[in-house]
Amino acid sequence: MIPAEFDYLAPDTVADAVAALAADEDAKVLAGGQSLIPVLRLRLSYPTQLVDLRKVQELRGVRDDGDALVIGAMTRHSDVVADPLVQQHAALVAAATATVADPAVRHRGTFGGALAHADPAGDLAAVALALDAELVAEGPGGRRSIAAADFFQDYLQTALSPDELLVEVRIPKLEGTWSVHYEKFNRVAQAWAIVGVATAVRREGGSIAEARVGLTNMGSTPVRATAVEAALRGVPAEAGAIAEAAQHAAEGTTPPDDLGGKADYRQHLARVLTRRAVATAAGV
Amino acid sequence: MARVRMRVDGVVYEDEVSPRTLLTHHLRDGLGRVGTPIGCDTSNCGSCTVSMDGDSVKSCSVLAVQADGAEITTIQGLADGPEWHPVQKAFREHHGLQCGYCTPGMVMAAVDLLKRNPSPTEDEVRHGIEGNLCRCTGYQNIVKAVLSAASELRGEGAHPGAFSTPPAGVPA
Ligand SMILES: Cc1cc2nc3c(=O)[nH]c(=O)nc-3n(C[C@H](O)[C@H](O)[C@H](O)COP(=O)(O)OP(=O)(O)OC[C@H]3O[C@@H](n4cnc5c(N)ncnc54)[C@H](O)[C@@H]3O)c2cc1C
Ligand code: FES
Ligand code: FES
Repeated sequence: MIPAEFDYLAPDTVADAVAALAADEDAKVLAGGQSLIPVLRLRLSYPTQLVDLRKVQELRGVRDDGDALVIGAMTRHSDVVADPLVQQHAALVAAATATVADPAVRHRGTFGGALAHADPAGDLAAVALALDAELVAEGPGGRRSIAAADFFQDYLQTALSPDELLVEVRIPKLEGTWSVHYEKFNRVAQAWAIVGVATAVRREGGSIAEARVGLTNMGSTPVRATAVEAALRGVPAEAGAIAEAAQHAAEGTTPPDDLGGKADYRQHLARVLTRRAVATAAGV
Repeated sequence: MARVRMRVDGVVYEDEVSPRTLLTHHLRDGLGRVGTPIGCDTSNCGSCTVSMDGDSVKSCSVLAVQADGAEITTIQGLADGPEWHPVQKAFREHHGLQCGYCTPGMVMAAVDLLKRNPSPTEDEVRHGIEGNLCRCTGYQNIVKAVLSAASELRGEGAHPGAFSTPPAGVPA
């Protein structure tokens, strides 16, 4: 289908984009369009105006900011995957982004767009949560920083107000020797995760000193598997101990019950995939 | 209405479009370049794949206004005059199509893959064309065609029986 009529603006700066959003409450941001354009084609949304960020150069690219890596909201998935700084300091982001959709979609879709879209089946939100990312927003009142744990509020709902842009995402570098893995379970090509598990593990000698675990598609927002993280602290880096800790993965989750799988099946998957993800990251 | 200017298969076009016009509709209905088909409403099938500034994109998921200033190559711009692109030849040679509906997108996705990865494994080919669905072939011959085109593009020689010229009546 063809989208309904809308006006189109492609400003050059964040300030002009924010002003355009503030002037029209039914305006919507257009980033890569890989979620928004299908929604418009299916006539599930009727914005009066699209504010396209494609010309806003300050929103693109990755920079090293000391203890954090900063990824501009308009950095495309394909550029995130290929970026040497991301590979070095945020390898979990690169690993998860490589599983998003297919090459053509990754050539258009953006890091910021995927997070702002806040689909709990999206692969990047759980990663942002597991890495304690800070999402930086800019609106008419200036900039503010939102912790990932506060950013994702409900299904497709974030802490951004309609006149705010997501401008960049700060990802704290992991201190020490961490290894990471993103374990995604789906059945067919270019599919969204039925369940996904994002993990980072820091080993000290023969044991796991610290672990981070984020879950994709286990609720209306991404979920941090805090019970698994607690159970992994200080345990030997071996299969039995990891399997035992992974048994906590579904605690407190309310996963969707849909064509992709029943809720109890997803809870089973969360335990199995968490075991695999942590074991792979820990090199077990 | 908005003014858009883009180079499509080597020709510069400048037109007025409504902002809601999809690139694929602009190519087909605006510019008459109907070699790029539309197969779905959900950005899944990949039949509409074209190259935009050197990257494969699903042209149904790009607005024509977003392609203002871009360089677009469609399946119709791939051949060098009467000489087919090695990927096109390989699809013909290895029977990488049946109804042909997915073929323009499949070929464009394969060309993009081989540009980035000239020596893909079979697995990498399957992942590289993951965004393109074929309802006829079962993919087997498509994968064979892409692997064969890869070896030809690497200069390891044409495959026996490959046609260098399209038969009469087939648009280059
Ligand atoms: C076939 C297909 C398969 C896919 N599979 C996956 C998958 O497996 N995993 C996955 O994670 N994703 C998947 N996606 C989605 C993909 O990751 C999109 O790129 C992403 O969801 C949206 O990013 P975008 O840049 O295209 O945003 P857009 O589509 O342009 O925007 C999405 C939403 O976010 C808002 N927005 C965008 N940028 C900003 C900003 N900077 N500030 C404020 N609001 C903003 C828009 O207004 C809109 O509401 C798939 C998409 C397709 C078409
Ligand atoms: S028409 Fe199906 S992906 Fe574009
Ligand atoms: S040949 Fe018919 S869809 Fe691929």
